[in-house]
Amino acid sequence: MSEFLPSGIQAILPDIIQLVYLVATGIFIVGIKRLGSPDTARSGNQLAALGMLIGLVVTLFDQQIISYEYIIAGIVIGSAIGAFAAKKVEMTAMPEMVAIFNGFGGGASALVAWGEFRRTAPELFAGQEIATIGLSILIGSITFTGSFVAFGKLKGFISGNPITFPAQNIFNAFITIVGLALVGWLTFDPASQLVFWIIFGIALVLGVLTVLPIGGADMPVVISLLNSYSGLAASMAGFVINNNLLIISGALVGAAGLILTNIMCKAMNRTLGNVLFGAFGGDNGDSGSGPAADTDKTVHETTAQDVAIQCAYADKVVITPGYGLAVAQAQHVLKEVVDKLEKKGVEVKYGIHPVAGRMPGHMNVLLAEADVPYDQLYDMEQINPEFKSTDVVLIIGANDVVNPAAKTTQGSPIYGMPILNVDEAERTIVFKRSLSPGFAGIDNALFYEESNQMFFGDAKETLQDLSQALSNL
Amino acid sequence: MSGLIFNLFIFVLASFIGFELISKVPPTLHTPLMSGANAISGITIIGAVVVAGQVDSQVAQLIGFCAIVFATINVVGGFMVTDRMLEMFKKKDRSNE
Repeated sequence: MSEFLPSGIQAILPDIIQLVYLVATGIFIVGIKRLGSPDTARSGNQLAALGMLIGLVVTLFDQQIISYEYIIAGIVIGSAIGAFAAKKVEMTAMPEMVAIFNGFGGGASALVAWGEFRRTAPELFAGQEIATIGLSILIGSITFTGSFVAFGKLKGFISGNPITFPAQNIFNAFITIVGLALVGWLTFDPASQLVFWIIFGIALVLGVLTVLPIGGADMPVVISLLNSYSGLAASMAGFVINNNLLIISGALVGAAGLILTNIMCKAMNRTLGNVLFGAFGGDNGDSGSGPAADTDKTVHETTAQDVAIQCAYADKVVITPGYGLAVAQAQHVLKEVVDKLEKKGVEVKYGIHPVAGRMPGHMNVLLAEADVPYDQLYDMEQINPEFKSTDVVLIIGANDVVNPAAKTTQGSPIYGMPILNVDEAERTIVFKRSLSPGFAGIDNALFYEESNQMFFGDAKETLQDLSQALSNL
Repeated sequence: MSGLIFNLFIFVLASFIGFELISKVPPTLHTPLMSGANAISGITIIGAVVVAGQVDSQVAQLIGFCAIVFATINVVGGFMVTDRMLEMFKKKDRSNE
C-alpha cells in the first residue's frame, strides 16, 4: 500500500505510524478506564474497538507489508466466524465464549512468533530476539490449549471434576523447567529446528495438563488467568516484532487479568496456588460428591401457596439467585414475581455473590438481560448486614454461595469462602430441583436448618407457580 | 540490547497502568470487563498482519494467515459480545425508573 504514496510521505511514514500507535494506545487506556463504570462501559468498549481499528489500518501502510491477499482473506474469514459466534451465543454460555476467544488470541500470538521464526534466517537473530520468540510460543500455546480444555470442561465435553494422575504437579513443574531451559538453548543455537519444535510441543501439552486437574468450580479463575496469559502472549509477540502498541496493550490486559484473578480468588477464599495445584471440587473423598445420602436429616418441603403468603406478608425479601436460575431461563419470571411483591409493598433486593453464575459478575449480566435495574442488585458486602432484618430469603438455583459450611465446617473444601449469610434471616426458602450438591460438589447444611424450607422443582416452573399464587392472594 | 531494555520499560509501565485501571471496578462489571480485555488482547492481529504481508517466505505467510484468522475471531467476536452484554446494562436503566 505504501508504494502508492508520494515519496515525501513515505520517508516520514514510519514516524507517522508510531504516532498513530501512540494515539491508539491512549484510546485503549481511556477505553479500559471507561469499562470500569456501568454508565460509561459501553462507550469504553466501543472506544477500545476503535483504537484497534485505527492501529490495524495504519499498520497496513507499513513498508514491510507488500502482499495483501492473505491479510484480506484472513480478516474476512475471522470476522465472519467471530461475528457469528458473538451474535449466536446465549448469555448463560458467556464463560465458554470468553474461554474460546481467549484461546484464539493466545494461539494467534504463538503463530506470529512462529511466522517470524520461519521468515528470518536463524543466524540473523540476536539472542534476545530468539528468547522472546521462544517465550511467545510458550505462553501463546499454553493459552491456546488451556483455553480449549477450559471450554470443554464448561461445556461438559470433558468432566468438570479434577482429572489428575500421580505426581502431576511435579511432572508439570518439570516440563515447564525443561521448556524454559530449551528456550535458553535456542538462544545459543537458533538454527535448531528440533529444539524449536520440542518447545512448541511442550507448551501445547502443558496447556492441557495445567487445566485438566482444575475442578469446574474454579474454572472462572482459570479463564481469568488464561485471559491474563493471552495478554502476556500478545505483549511477547510485540517484543518479537518490536511493536510498542502490542507490548502496551498486551501488558494492560495481562495486568488486568491478574487483578481480576486475584479478586475472584479472594471472593472464594482461595489462593492462586491452591486453585492451580489443589485439584478442588467434585471428587474430594470426604466431601461426598454423590446426592446427599444422609437419611437421618430431614428437610421441610413447602408449596407455592405457602411461599406466596410468606413473601406477600413480609416487610423485606432478599433474592439470592444462582446459576440454576439462569440455566432454567427463569430471570423473566423472577422479575414478574418481584414486580408483584413490590406492588404489595414488600421491599425486594437482590443479593449477588461475586462468583454467582459461572464467572464473576456473570449473574449481573444474566439479570440485566431480564431488565432487572442494577440499583436493585446488591453485592455481597452490601447485602450481608441486611440479612438480620430480612424476613424471607429466596434462594433460587444457588447452592455453594450460601452454604454455611464455609463458616462452620473446618476441613470442608469451601471453608473460609465468604458467603451470603442467608441463615441469619428469619426464614430461607430454597428453590431447587433436588437435594443434590452444586458445582463445588458438596452437601449443603442449610437445607436441613429449622428455619429453611425447600421448594422443589425447576426454577422456571416453581417461579411460575409462585407468580400465579401471588395473583390469587 | 538497548531495544530490549526500552521495550521492557514500556512493558512494566503499562502493567502498572493496567493494575491501576482495573483495581476499582465493581463486581457487576467483571464479566464484560473480562470479555472486553480479552478482545483487546487480540491486538496481536497487528503482528499477524505484519507476518502475513511479507513475501520472503510462503510458509510464514500461511502461518500469518492462520494467525490473522485466529486473532480476528478474538477481536471481532470479543468486542461484539461485550457490546451485547453492555447494551443490556444500559437500556433497563431508563425503562424502570
